[in-house]
Amino acid sequence: MPTDVERWKSEVYGNEIREHLYRFAETGWGSIPDDERDEWFERFKWWGLYHQRNGQESYFMMRIGTPNGVLEPGQTKVIADVANKYATGPVENPEFGNAYVDWTTRQSIQLHWIKLEDIPDIFETLEANGLSTQQACGDSWRNIVGNPMAGKAPEFVDALPVIHELNDRFKGNDDHSNLPRKWKVSVTGSADGSGQGDINDLALEPAYKQINRKEVRGFNIRVGGGLARNEPRLARDIDVFVEPSEAADVAAGISALFREHGDRENRYNARIKFLVDEWGPEKLRRVLQEEFVDFELKSAGTDLRDEYTYNAGGEHGDLIGVHEQRDGKYYLGLNVLVGRMGADDTAELARLADTYGSGSVRVTQRQNVIIADVPESKLDALLAEDLLEHYSPNPHPFMRGSVACTGTEFCSLSIVETKNRQVRFARWLKENVALPDGVEEFHIHLSGCTASCAQPQIADISLRGMKTRKNGEAVEALDIGLGGGLGENPQFASWVGQRVPVDEVPGAVKNLLATFEDHRDGNETFREFIARHDEEELEAFIEPEETSYEDPFMHNTKLTWYPYAEDDSMDASPAPAHPDGTPIASDD
Amino acid sequence: MSVAVRILDDGAWLSVNDERQVSVSELWRLNAPEFCQCEQTDFLAEGFLSARSSGRTVTVETYGQCIACGSSGTVGHVPVGEIIHGEFYGYDREGDVLTPVA
Ligand code: HEM
Ligand code: SF4
Ligand SMILES: [Zn+2]
Repeated sequence: MPTDVERWKSEVYGNEIREHLYRFAETGWGSIPDDERDEWFERFKWWGLYHQRNGQESYFMMRIGTPNGVLEPGQTKVIADVANKYATGPVENPEFGNAYVDWTTRQSIQLHWIKLEDIPDIFETLEANGLSTQQACGDSWRNIVGNPMAGKAPEFVDALPVIHELNDRFKGNDDHSNLPRKWKVSVTGSADGSGQGDINDLALEPAYKQINRKEVRGFNIRVGGGLARNEPRLARDIDVFVEPSEAADVAAGISALFREHGDRENRYNARIKFLVDEWGPEKLRRVLQEEFVDFELKSAGTDLRDEYTYNAGGEHGDLIGVHEQRDGKYYLGLNVLVGRMGADDTAELARLADTYGSGSVRVTQRQNVIIADVPESKLDALLAEDLLEHYSPNPHPFMRGSVACTGTEFCSLSIVETKNRQVRFARWLKENVALPDGVEEFHIHLSGCTASCAQPQIADISLRGMKTRKNGEAVEALDIGLGGGLGENPQFASWVGQRVPVDEVPGAVKNLLATFEDHRDGNETFREFIARHDEEELEAFIEPEETSYEDPFMHNTKLTWYPYAEDDSMDASPAPAHPDGTPIASDD
Repeated sequence: MSVAVRILDDGAWLSVNDERQVSVSELWRLNAPEFCQCEQTDFLAEGFLSARSSGRTVTVETYGQCIACGSSGTVGHVPVGEIIHGEFYGYDREGDVLTPVA
């Protein structure tokens, strides 16, 4: 039997959802029939709108997809203005105020507290400036990711034209708008692994091949990566090479294969990673060739995976700091702690990009931002700007390495509070823990649940939401994982620490780094150190400890309507609310 | 009267007649000797797989973890509330001991 979601999708899905959104926006929340809420909220995702969690009814998260994380000149200011005008909630966040922008791990943008009534105005503003929320969530082609400096930084093969071609072809394309599940694509041209293809449904990675005695540059294809649901998978090699001009046709074939053969009966088994598990890469390739492309597929070319450095350091590393572009100009990567930036700071970022660069801003998969196209003569003046004191091009490693997902602040799936906690962790670690010599990058990723939006399994220290009891009281806790990282030999973390109360996690990190320092072999990296220990030894490295760190969100923040409200109890929620924030009475 | 019970947002919550009723992240005390050795399972609900209403009782098939012993997996269908005259009444899931059914 098809699921309810599949039934709703077969009735109305894709572009046509928009007219309904506009219809509901005219009179607001109350105009959605009581017995149709579930289906409409499911459909709204396709247009980038995700209903916030319980206690926050009538408010939406809005995701804007920026292909490859590229914001064209002028667009950053538009985002700032939209955030300022529309992304304000009934209560401030104590770290970030009201009106802020989240730069995400898939190079997109998230705004919160969006009201239904404002959606047409927001869409029109965004679209007049070349921005869109189309397919930012929902079961279709999501935002395409890659190295955000594609086209500017050194690349083995040009990825950006391919990304634009895929984006133009598969956004709003009725043949591909209703897939069994989300479809995440990465296209990378640089030889450093920075596109993180390994954890996407479809990955195009740089490769070369002799064709008619000439070396041709293009992409090898991998399928079926993903981190979610405690079932992480690396994308698997299906032995196909594409020239850049063939990429879109082969991608269309794979997307159509997923459309036809993905599991629509069980959403938990629907991602293509499970189809690859079931079929194996050989069968996937055979079916693709026989049913979904009408030319002969080439076998895989020679890849450059042994040059992958990302997450293990390397020349452009995590893209933070000043780096030279291939046109002789420079780009400047700025650290945004946990990816959240106030709307006013975002406007200032736009001004700096206009003043010193071309106006273009790029979003990285580490939740950071880049100002592109700065001539050497303007670098010093840019580096002296005040904004860079807070968003540093030379951040402390604990600031630089912090990634956190949305968590209980807004997300239905979450188990624990995340972003504000990770900010506090990073500050405490910076003040209290000395990093061993030569350690300049140290990645700590915190996800509020196993969906893994913060990509914890590929960090040096992986954290994910849990609960435990401390002195009999239920408190928020984290599992701790070690051994993860992408690069030449990608590996997911093993979860070696279970249910550590959140206030003992910074102490555990401190003790772990002390163990590393004591037992380090010469100059080996943290990752190498972890790799030469077995799971039992790693378990012994996790030594939770209370320290001077204090955690204000120990209690069950999911039971609050908003974790940072003065009266945070569910009963105090103003939601569902009118656009002015006053509660909608249930008999309204 | 027909009652729509379903799980939405990738297993995040139970909907009864288009209203959110139960969310993941709750802690339940379970009588579940087949799930773990603990006298009483101290269960963190991490995700819902399916829901059904049989008679008046609503159950959700739930996966999660006993936070006392670490056993994890699917615990079966856990009764979370009842439907009376078309209205959902949730059990006191913090206080009651719930017994999962197959
Ligand atoms: C309201 C906030 C969010 C919700 C409810 C949400 C929901 C989910 C769910 C249900 C999954 C796992 C299921 C699946 O694989 O389909 C997932 C995975 C993921 N999401 Fe989110 N998400 C949210 C925010 C974000 C943000 C801000 C990003 C960055 C753009 C993001 C990126 C990811 C990534 C990278 C994964 C895991 C990798 C994978 O399996 O593909 N999510 N999210
Ligand atoms: S990892 Fe879980 S808690 Fe965090 S945003 Fe994703 S779904 Fe929500
Ligand atoms: Zn137990």
